[in-house]
Amino acid sequence: MDAILFLLFATIAVVCAVNLVLQKHPISSALSLVGVMGSLAVLYLLLGGEFIAMAQLIVYAGAIMVLFVFVIMLLNAGTEQRTKRHLWASYAGIPLIAASLGLGAYIIQRALPSTEGVKFGGFQGGGAYEIGKKLFEVYVLPFEVTSVLILVAIIGAIVLASKEVN
Amino acid sequence: MNFLILSLIKAGVVAFVLMTTLAYLQWIERKVIAHIQLRVGPRRVGPHGLLQPLADVIKLLTKEDMLPSHVNKFFYFLAPFMAVFFALIAISVIPFGGDINIAGVKTAMQLTDLNIGVLFILGLSGMGVYGVALAGWASNNKYALLGGLRSSAQMISYELPMAMAIAAPLLMLNTLSFRQLVDAQGGYYLGFIPRWTVFQGPFPQIVSFILFVIAAFAETNRVPFDLPEAENELVAGFHTEYSSMKFASFFMAEYANMITVSCVATLLFLGGWQPLFPEQYGSKFIPTIIFVLGALMCFYHGFNPVRAFDRITLPVAGVVFLAVGAAFFAPVIGQILMPLFWFASKVGIILFLYIWVRGTLPRFRYDQLMRFAWTFMFPVAVANLFITGLLVALS
Repeated sequence: MDAILFLLFATIAVVCAVNLVLQKHPISSALSLVGVMGSLAVLYLLLGGEFIAMAQLIVYAGAIMVLFVFVIMLLNAGTEQRTKRHLWASYAGIPLIAASLGLGAYIIQRALPSTEGVKFGGFQGGGAYEIGKKLFEVYVLPFEVTSVLILVAIIGAIVLASKEVN
Repeated sequence: MNFLILSLIKAGVVAFVLMTTLAYLQWIERKVIAHIQLRVGPRRVGPHGLLQPLADVIKLLTKEDMLPSHVNKFFYFLAPFMAVFFALIAISVIPFGGDINIAGVKTAMQLTDLNIGVLFILGLSGMGVYGVALAGWASNNKYALLGGLRSSAQMISYELPMAMAIAAPLLMLNTLSFRQLVDAQGGYYLGFIPRWTVFQGPFPQIVSFILFVIAAFAETNRVPFDLPEAENELVAGFHTEYSSMKFASFFMAEYANMITVSCVATLLFLGGWQPLFPEQYGSKFIPTIIFVLGALMCFYHGFNPVRAFDRITLPVAGVVFLAVGAAFFAPVIGQILMPLFWFASKVGIILFLYIWVRGTLPRFRYDQLMRFAWTFMFPVAVANLFITGLLVALS
């Protein structure tokens, strides 16, 4: 059952990701990204990270992507224009991507020590309680630094977006 | 019994009850609004218009399903499906009562108890925006697009105070599972004040409850926040181009969202199925007393009829009420009905509030709506969360 669900949602994630690149209209691309986020949430859930799964759904699929779609709709972005591709890109593009992905996978498999395979549902401690405890006891400094970083980004965005005041 | 069969039976029962409630909620809404406005409301189809929802369903099913020529077909069909899917699936984590025992089979009055149930509901409500936003965009109509835009901006804005308002009681109850939330609200202070979150120490969550209800109105696009379908500005808003069952899907999604949000408010703040006062003061007689009073009223008006058919319909309704009142003391059904009564009455009061507000308040202007969310609700919700956190940490 777990394996079937994994294969199903992994396939959906990959298909949506490919579709995201292939679609010409920004709304279709954005919704494909929602599909990727949603199926990733299911994959987290299969692994036992229930809190992360729901955070993925609420924050990424629910809030950030809604903003994306909102902005695309507001700006009324049309279908993108296809330019004439470079000769290299049209013939060697896909083989080169496959080759680089294969090379990357090979290097990672060689460089990292082999471990046991992931067991579905074998991971305990993905609940809100455990994550909160870890976040505020072990990883409190990185957590706070990240929040300051996001604050910096927000202030930067406001400064950039606000009009010049004389 | 087999887990699968049991789940299928429960899913069937919950789906049937939800669909019936959806249909009749609309009948109740029309009746209540009518009486607020000194009209009588629907009464042509069946006694007191009770078959009106059925007639509406038949009408919507058999209506011509139009497909405008200028729409983006894929998203045009996807949008109502998404709206109704995310609205209906939320009911699966809502518990309606404690454990029950029927003919040796012990089960919970809930489809499934997730230990992240509250987050699940929040996630689904966030995904529900796509249905409305896509419907507005795919229709390729300026009014629909404006409706969709308004709806997504409004839902993003109000999700924040809503989540903050939910976080405060969660701090006190210390769990994310709906079942445990309700269990943590059991018991009474001084023997008679219920330990519901709105009354519970160290900080009664009344502010949080009010914020949640206001945000819930905005999230479900109801009056006074129904800007996305403001008919005097936008024809019908995001569902302008939809007809027949596709329109009905949006309609169902709106009402299902109302029911879900009322259930969540009940579970988080009003103690779920915990009775208003303890059993030793006779709380288990309350449902029977209410139904018997209702029956007596029906009999009185049945024997002094205003309209000719009241002579028949009202006594029949009275007999039904008496039967329901008696069923609370029946051996097997009673244990199901008792928690269901308390749960349904609290949900019903909040749903009535929705209808009451619709009949009373005018619509906000859009800038008022946004200012209200960001400059009033959000700071109040943050302050409430801080005070709650401080008091929980101290106690």
